[in-house]
Amino acid sequence: MEHGTDKVKRGLARMLKGGVIMDVTSVEQAKIAEEAGAVAVMALERVPADIRAEGGVARMADSSIIKAIMEAVTIPVMAKARIGHFVEAQILQALGVDYIDESEVLTPADEQFHIDKRNFKTPFVCGARDLGEALRRISEGAAMIRTKGEAGTGNVVEAVRHIRAITSEILNLQTNEIDLLNAEAEAFRAPLELVKEIYELGRLPVVNFAAGGIATPADAALMMQLGCDGIFVGSGIFKSQEPARLARAIVEATAHFDEPEYLAKISENLGKAMKGIEINTIPEKELLATRGW
Amino acid sequence: MKIGIMGLQGSVIEHVNAVAKSGAEPVIVKYPKDMDGISGLIIPGGESTAIQKLMEKTGLAAAIKEKADSGLSLYGTCAGLIMMAKEIDNGTDDQLSLGLIDIKAKRNAYGRQNESFEEYIDIPALGDRPFPGVFIRAPLIIYSGEGVEILGRYGDGIAAARQGKFLVSAFHPELTDDMRFHRYFISMCDG
Repeated sequence: MEHGTDKVKRGLARMLKGGVIMDVTSVEQAKIAEEAGAVAVMALERVPADIRAEGGVARMADSSIIKAIMEAVTIPVMAKARIGHFVEAQILQALGVDYIDESEVLTPADEQFHIDKRNFKTPFVCGARDLGEALRRISEGAAMIRTKGEAGTGNVVEAVRHIRAITSEILNLQTNEIDLLNAEAEAFRAPLELVKEIYELGRLPVVNFAAGGIATPADAALMMQLGCDGIFVGSGIFKSQEPARLARAIVEATAHFDEPEYLAKISENLGKAMKGIEINTIPEKELLATRGW
Repeated sequence: MKIGIMGLQGSVIEHVNAVAKSGAEPVIVKYPKDMDGISGLIIPGGESTAIQKLMEKTGLAAAIKEKADSGLSLYGTCAGLIMMAKEIDNGTDDQLSLGLIDIKAKRNAYGRQNESFEEYIDIPALGDRPFPGVFIRAPLIIYSGEGVEILGRYGDGIAAARQGKFLVSAFHPELTDDMRFHRYFISMCDG
């Protein structure tokens, strides 16, 4: 019997496809998410919008919050570790979370190295703004990728930029001769074998979700139509006026992303979405997506 | 022959590819009308609580029950096994089941993701070569009724079973290159 193989690590992400993973900060929120049909929850101390507003160093959540949420729901529970903070990741693995998000939403702990994720039994998801970043994370052992977007803004524009970048870079890669990918691999700073695999598949070899700024059912469906495999919603749900209703609507929108009439029906009477932030009003130093490399 | 794959959430494309490789025509099923003309239906792996809610919304739950009563073959992997079971252990309070096969399924029977594993399973119905079992937060069958044929065991529990036109596996053949399980299911479906 083998645990922690690539197949079971990447496999869990495959089972989450077409679903919504919701940020939650309490047992009550976790239950609302599960009842709404979330496929997993991300256990946090503060949602990204609050991290952004409050500032300071953002770290892994207190174990007691993560444990309480793990006990409260039957769906998978994810939790975030700081970029490069392999001890936070060791702790999360010891707690038994189902997935670790090495996340730019928290304050990075290492400016040179991301976590060597191959050393862990627990699978990792990592953010990426473009194909090179996705490839580097996969070669470090990430079993799932998500767009970085710009977390805590309620503004989907950055997530759109990131999925479009990945899609167009894969198409562009495929215009080469397969024997001439060395230069591409070098430019991506990624192993040639992995670049060849993507050339042949025409997509990433792991599941790729959307994250960062998704606030409405239409945002979720937009990211799905752009080719994402599923949706992370951070601040969007519990910073809205009617979290339970919005959560259900985003779940349905993700499953029925290519049915405009259905989307029209579920987008009614959802209350106020989170207010959101225009990206170009954020000082460059405060952008989260530029953390990591 | 057309085989439906419930396409609301989970390992949908993996089953679509496996059905195509096994020589049948895959059809994605989201609504009752999508089941017209199919000879069998696969309920994929995914999160059973999420799939169940989406199924009820589109009227699929009731339509599948009706079709199952009138002879449609069904195959459930992992979450699909849970949904087809008559009884569920460790489910959520509002967890419903289609109640098609006389088994009791224990959700997340092995624990959380760190306990997910790969192991070869002996399934005599598929031949001598053991089947590559991929178990992901997998359920286990902890009870089976008299009319249920046990196809494969793992540890103390049952990992695959069949009752008439209903087939279930706790593991995910759709994540492997071994198409014997899908071909076995297709052979159970009327053309």
